[in-house]
Amino acid sequence: MIKKFIEHTGLAAGLARDNVDTDMIIPARYLTSTSREGYGKNLFKELREKDPDFFLNQERLGEASILISGRNFGCGSSREHAVWALMQAGFRVIIAESFADIFKSNSERNGLILVSLQREIIRELLERAAASELVLTVNLEKLSVSDRQGNLISTFEYDPFRRYCLLNELDDLDYLLSFKAELMKFRTERAEKLFLGGEDGES
Amino acid sequence: MARNIIEKIWERHVIAEQEGHPAVLGIDLLLLHEVTSAQAFQMLEERNLTPFAPDMCVATLDHSIPTRPDRFNIIDPEARIQVETLRSNCSRYNIRLYDFESGYQGIVHVIGPELGLTRPGMTIVCGDSHTATHGAFGALAFGIGSTEVGHVLASGALLQRMPRTIKVNFKGELKEGVFSKDVVLELIRQIGTAGANGHVIEYCGEAVRRMSMEERMTICNMSIECGARAGLISPDEITIEYLRTRRYSPRGKEFESAVENWLAYASDPDACYDREITIDLTSLEPLVTWGTNPAQAAPVSKKVPDFSEYVGGGSSADFQAALNYTGLKPGDALEGVPVERAFVGSCTNGRIEDLRIVANILRGRRVKEGVKFYIVPGSERVRSQAIEEGLDKIFKEAGADFRMPGCSMCLAMNDDVVPAGQRCISSSNRNFVGRQGPGSITHLASPATVAASAVKGCITDCREYL
Repeated sequence: MIKKFIEHTGLAAGLARDNVDTDMIIPARYLTSTSREGYGKNLFKELREKDPDFFLNQERLGEASILISGRNFGCGSSREHAVWALMQAGFRVIIAESFADIFKSNSERNGLILVSLQREIIRELLERAAASELVLTVNLEKLSVSDRQGNLISTFEYDPFRRYCLLNELDDLDYLLSFKAELMKFRTERAEKLFLGGEDGES
Repeated sequence: MARNIIEKIWERHVIAEQEGHPAVLGIDLLLLHEVTSAQAFQMLEERNLTPFAPDMCVATLDHSIPTRPDRFNIIDPEARIQVETLRSNCSRYNIRLYDFESGYQGIVHVIGPELGLTRPGMTIVCGDSHTATHGAFGALAFGIGSTEVGHVLASGALLQRMPRTIKVNFKGELKEGVFSKDVVLELIRQIGTAGANGHVIEYCGEAVRRMSMEERMTICNMSIECGARAGLISPDEITIEYLRTRRYSPRGKEFESAVENWLAYASDPDACYDREITIDLTSLEPLVTWGTNPAQAAPVSKKVPDFSEYVGGGSSADFQAALNYTGLKPGDALEGVPVERAFVGSCTNGRIEDLRIVANILRGRRVKEGVKFYIVPGSERVRSQAIEEGLDKIFKEAGADFRMPGCSMCLAMNDDVVPAGQRCISSSNRNFVGRQGPGSITHLASPATVAASAVKGCITDCREYL
């Protein structure tokens, strides 16, 4: 379900690495549930168990709701559970150099805001988050990231259509279904061409 | 104007496109499995909707099921509920499900092609990132999340923007002992894990034209590992011959007229792309990964590279972290690294040609004592074909474990798990930290390299065993 997003202010935590993959975010063995809920507790499970200093184990970062990371965040599987796990653990924004494609579309459809910033800015934010409490405000209307003092850190780009959907809490489905006649027409034409289901009578 | 295959498929499937909006892209085939579909069906129910076109959906069981002979008995209660949920959703909405012992159950990306459901010019989606496998047939196939699975279920379409395109031109001939798995690992090694983000790849070149459909599937399958949501290959005579006898393929005159449509999707000779990459395969050797992503690969005869020689992307800290995890260091020889586990299977390399290659290496040899070798067919069809050819006997005599079909040890969400601290040489697609089980170490390679390494008990150049 898409969650509306206009502006969010929260504590930022750093995960200073590239290629944070979906198996890292939530290992496949926690995906046997049929629900959309209950994944937050297994967020970054292996890293959390192995490394006592991992950010989720630090008391001062317990309330973090913004995560800062490197390049190609969310690479790997299409599991939307990765987005659910992050959101259910309280995250509303991921700031990173870049994101993997499927993770990005899953995030857009849930209201987890992905902000791409340049590597130098990311590095600076990671340093600030490691040194002391870093509170950031991310505004989707203004497309801006600013700090607690109100200083603008950076603006960012966001797909205008996706931005409109998030600001207004609109998901794709109502829009898709508004094309009912066109969808039916396409289906009929294609079904004739594709012979799907034509041969199978046994199983 | 000359068009590439991606543009041709795109144009054929755009149902509507309004100013400022992504296109409404019609989907031909939705593949379902137990792990990513339940939430989609749930979404439909919550909104009081029913599947738009049940006949465009095909489901099977693959990810969370056991591969033991008594696989009907799913011990993990959650996994059992997941499987039961798919069964009840399929029966409720009249969706075809290839269940255990249907003769066709298997990994979703293995059964689509073998049933002839996957065809040139189609749009195919599935809640699985390796959906690009179907691109081998000249279909635009890509992985989506569960919410989007729900959108396709409810509307038969998705909101999409036209992807950017890359042409990868594979030049030259492959040497003996070098397989399509090595080819795709080389591409990922060169361009990195994010090298094709935001793009769809078309694989071209003489080397691809000579490949069988199964070899092509291995290449398309791993497109996502360099960031491309989809990867495809223009259809040709090899594609047509593969399709001719498939269960769902049209017959007779209908087939011949379909062929004309299918071949018309092939890229025009002077089609344009946003980027082009050329990779010379002439001197390519069998590869094996040494780190924790698929770009961290090197020729098996070489050493773990220094950071200065590494081109796969990421910081030096990440490079070091990967080696800390796999217990290797720059300058270590890859050949001779001992393995406790070997795995041939998955949507990347679990098809009959893969099993034949393995059998040729195992024939008259034994798996090294102390090595546990799982050979997991991609589908019930692959398994019965292997038995028909007597491959099962070769596997058994060699001391390997020939199991029932499923995703198995590729992703450790069923009973097949590599124990912590153990090292596995694997024909699968991801060597992420903990991918095959918490604390497990994965080395990706071709089925030939896996089989040879299982025999020798350590990472080995398969060419000594061919």
